[in-house]
Amino acid sequence: MRIYVCVKQVPDTSGKVAVNPDGTLNRASMAAIVNPDDMAAMEQALILKDNTGCQVTVVTMGPPPAEGMLRELMAMGADDAVLISAREFGGSDTFATSQIIAAAITNLGLNAEDMIFCGRQAIDGDTAQVGPQIAEKLDIPQVTYASTITKVDNQVVVKRMLEDGYMMVEVETPCLVTCVKEKELVPRYMTLNGINDCYAKPFTLLDYEALKDEPLIELDTIGLKGSPTNIFKSFTPPQKGAGIMLEGADKDTVADLVKRLSDRHAI
Amino acid sequence: MSFNSSDIGAFQDIWVFCEQREGKLMNTDLELVSEGRKLADERGSKLIGILLGHNVEGIAKELGGYGADKVIVCDDPALEVYTTDAYTKVLCDVAMEEKPEIILIGATNIGRDLGPRCAARLRTGLTADCTHLDIDMNKYVEFLTESSTLDVANTTFKMEDMNLKMTRPAFGGHLMATIICPRFRPCMSTVRPGVMKKGEYSQEKADACEIQMYPVSISPEDLKTKVTDVVKETKKLVDLIGAEIVVSVGRGISKNVEEGIGLAEQLADAFGNAVVGGSRAVIDSGWLPADHQVGQTGKTVHPRIYVALGISGAIQHKAGMQDSELIIAVNKDETAPIFDCADYGIAGDLFKVVPMMIEAIKAENANK
Ligand SMILES: Cc1cc2nc3c(=O)[nH]c(=O)nc-3n(C[C@H](O)[C@H](O)[C@H](O)COP(=O)(O)OP(=O)(O)OC[C@H]3O[C@@H](n4cnc5c(N)ncnc54)[C@H](O)[C@@H]3O)c2cc1C
Ligand SMILES: Nc1ncnc2c1ncn2[C@@H]1O[C@H](COP(=O)(O)O)[C@@H](O)[C@H]1O
Repeated sequence: MRIYVCVKQVPDTSGKVAVNPDGTLNRASMAAIVNPDDMAAMEQALILKDNTGCQVTVVTMGPPPAEGMLRELMAMGADDAVLISAREFGGSDTFATSQIIAAAITNLGLNAEDMIFCGRQAIDGDTAQVGPQIAEKLDIPQVTYASTITKVDNQVVVKRMLEDGYMMVEVETPCLVTCVKEKELVPRYMTLNGINDCYAKPFTLLDYEALKDEPLIELDTIGLKGSPTNIFKSFTPPQKGAGIMLEGADKDTVADLVKRLSDRHAI
Repeated sequence: MSFNSSDIGAFQDIWVFCEQREGKLMNTDLELVSEGRKLADERGSKLIGILLGHNVEGIAKELGGYGADKVIVCDDPALEVYTTDAYTKVLCDVAMEEKPEIILIGATNIGRDLGPRCAARLRTGLTADCTHLDIDMNKYVEFLTESSTLDVANTTFKMEDMNLKMTRPAFGGHLMATIICPRFRPCMSTVRPGVMKKGEYSQEKADACEIQMYPVSISPEDLKTKVTDVVKETKKLVDLIGAEIVVSVGRGISKNVEEGIGLAEQLADAFGNAVVGGSRAVIDSGWLPADHQVGQTGKTVHPRIYVALGISGAIQHKAGMQDSELIIAVNKDETAPIFDCADYGIAGDLFKVVPMMIEAIKAENANK
């Protein structure tokens, strides 16, 4: 049994973000991190590995420097890593990205008891689309918004979160599960041994040459050309103008506030 | 059945996927139907709701009251509770047959499961979690003029462009992007709950709405997932999105969490008609349940009054509240970014300021 964990390196959007004058993001100014929900997927996979001894393979599609992230994930406990990287893959939207990742997993082999874990969504685009689209293209069932995952033989039980509760879902392998970051689910640290070993663990590069004979890979299904959606415009929202600072923080200030609210018929 | 998503001339009408849970329509359905009505008028096309479930025919007419010309109802026991498999099969089968030009889906935990799977099957594009939609280029240009820092006056636009222009936040709200899907149909979009405004209900329109029962076929082999249980969290759900007034607390209450939340509740009571929300820091610390979260990954609210108590005003928080009509912020750090979007700011300790606010509002109300 093997679990593929799809991880993405993303710019850390929690800090200050610089935007170029043309409305694009100044990525160079931001740190690259592993997408937070993907760390949850990684931890879920490692928990299953602890319990079953299964193999955990981390997969990413991105530029070559993503190798560093993959080595770190192997130092955390992944057994091997796959980097999908080619110029032809650049500019892909979620449709094209999922097409390529699905082709890569087909190429690597998806067996009857295997699973694919994704993060719920990546914080750069926040789309949450790549996981379900990989599942559709591999013609396997999906369960999204998973907070816990248990597996007995080929039977997987997932607690799937809803806005107002949850549902329990049973599904058979092979299947794809997208994981949400939960407070209780703390990603483990790299271990010293892990760091020593991570450069000796198997690392596979899948480029266009390696994947071009996969049926899912066509020039009109990958990259910019294969992306049904295009960015028409991107822009920064204007800051809403600051209002009035009411001086002091005493009774008079508060009375002033309430009077203003009342004058505006707000209360 | 021939279906080719790139034969874009063969597609017409705007569809809204109407999600039901336990046989009840969701608020997002009414928001989306109202928005869809506007788009259908811009496009000069019909607005059609598509409702999947079991024994749900009775709730379909209400969608007409918000602007649907027709509702397609797919009824089957296998559709009673949402499963990706059954819903994807039925929605895609009907869409392949009827060829809608646009499909709008609420960006709920269910919509965001269903949307991408369907888009992949239909071989078309999907834009996630949209906050603004336009068809008419004049309207889009108007929107950009108001809501962007672009030099709109010196940009040329193809005014005859009738593609759906789908705008959404990206990179945690630091950027907005307008996405189009020019070469494939249907053009699909999931739409953020709470952002589109629900229109007026018209009983006359509801009565006039056509209901079409659509035969569906689901076989056991189509179903690879099984829902064994649906559990509603027993806690009282807050209706943040529909609230007139929201009083939110942030990490600024950490000194005394219980008192801080108590003060927010009392302030909400003093306003009347108000509910308590929180920043992600508060939710992550377990001080308030998750459905109270306002922001990028929480709820988008636009109440009449939004009060931010001890909230720094991170961009992800602002993303969910900056369109409120009137914003009041209390923060002891006068440089906190929340003041950049507040109509009225008070630099001070919330534990001292809020009790005074409660008193002053009560006094004001007593005077009326
Ligand atoms: C992908 C992503 C998504 C996110 N989504 C959301 C989201 O949906 N919603 C959200 O809110 N955040 C979200 N965040 C987190 C966001 O970036 C901030 O970390 C969060 O909003 C901070 O919460 P806060 O303002 O309560 O806490 P802090 O930033 O710690 O601010 C606390 C404030 O309280 C003030 N204060 C302290 N004591 C007092 C006192 N006694 N009286 C008055 N003021 C006091 C301080 O001056 C400070 O300004 C997201 C982050 C990421 C990366
Ligand atoms: N380039 C990528 N490489 C590997 N996994 C990805 C990539 N893009 C998205 N994913 C996976 O799909 C999930 C959802 O991403 P998104 O649809 O972009 O929000 C992520 O959390 C990852 O698990």
